[in-house]
Amino acid sequence: MGMPISIHIRGEDAESPAVARVVEEAFDLLREADRLFSTYQQDSEVSRIRRGELDPAQADLLVQQVAVACQRAGELTQGAFTDVLPDDDGVLRFDPTGLVKGWAADRAAGRLADLPAASFCLNAGGDVVVGGTIGEANGGPGPPWRVGIEDPRDRSRIAEVVELHHGGVATSGTAARGAHLYDPATGTFVDRTGSVTVVGPSLMWADVWATALFVGPPSLPRRFSEVADGYRVISL
Amino acid sequence: MRRIVTVILSTITTLVLLFSYHTSTDSATVAGGPVRQLPAASGSNPPSGSSKSGSSTSKSGSAAASSATFTGGVADTRWGPVQVQITVQSGKITASRAVQYPQNNGRDAEINGFALPVLDQEVVQQQSAGIDSVSGATVTSDGYLQSLQSAIDQAHL
Repeated sequence: MGMPISIHIRGEDAESPAVARVVEEAFDLLREADRLFSTYQQDSEVSRIRRGELDPAQADLLVQQVAVACQRAGELTQGAFTDVLPDDDGVLRFDPTGLVKGWAADRAAGRLADLPAASFCLNAGGDVVVGGTIGEANGGPGPPWRVGIEDPRDRSRIAEVVELHHGGVATSGTAARGAHLYDPATGTFVDRTGSVTVVGPSLMWADVWATALFVGPPSLPRRFSEVADGYRVISL
Repeated sequence: MRRIVTVILSTITTLVLLFSYHTSTDSATVAGGPVRQLPAASGSNPPSGSSKSGSSTSKSGSAAASSATFTGGVADTRWGPVQVQITVQSGKITASRAVQYPQNNGRDAEINGFALPVLDQEVVQQQSAGIDSVSGATVTSDGYLQSLQSAIDQAHL
């Protein structure tokens, strides 16, 4: 499976070469993340760590940074998020994929946020981060981005619409790929229906929480409301 | 008024495929793969004439009142090449369909019979609801979107 990532720019100069350059740089950051973190490219650093060929302490600083974020995510979600997942043979191995997508998208979004007088929407396989400054020079924000939340029971429908100028929208569910979300507490893949969407300042944390709340115990929403300041949940 | 909106919302969209996951049923890449018209009866029946209520989409562009079709570039997906054609009416997508898609193994039937028609409807609905982006369970549609996107780009939506 490949993941489609699209970047959408609004602004008077949206079609200028300068904007195209920044968009290309954002994609370069995403490609770099793919090179380092892909669990499918055999020569990526994460693949080498998984095979025991690379000591995590010797890995690229970005990999170490992500590993630290994964650890923090595990603590915040009381273990509902994990970066230790079974591989195809059921062997538990380092797998930061659940956090990397949001991390990489946030990083690319940081580059896009440098664009003057433009606003952007980046969609990474169903997780969305938006931002930018369009219209702010003229005294008011431009139109918000309208992000539709897919109905997990009928994927041809939009169940809700979130409007925002800045921040991330992440959805976890089993509608598109079947039972692929892993519950570390039971050691099994979750097969429930529905979806959990989290909206907040950082796509990475929105995504971490969406996954954790989808697979986690009934007590987790309480924890979420205590520690995830600025984030809100839409459960479908 | 309309012109101002058009300028402010002048957009570009770019899309790449990343984080390529491994595949198990691929029959290698299908260079210059089969081209075939999707039978009209194969599933989708996209809602005719985008039934939006009141609020129009934010992208106006230089919308011609008549309808036109645009065909996207060929996108290589894990299943093989996919190419999408959209019909645009008054600046909105009213229908989309795959004009080229893989059909080399049993899995293709599943994809063609299920994934593409579902996506067709999503596309039409997404347009008619004036939505910029969709958040949902992780997408598996790979190149389909890329191809669709290039069709959208050609239409300058």
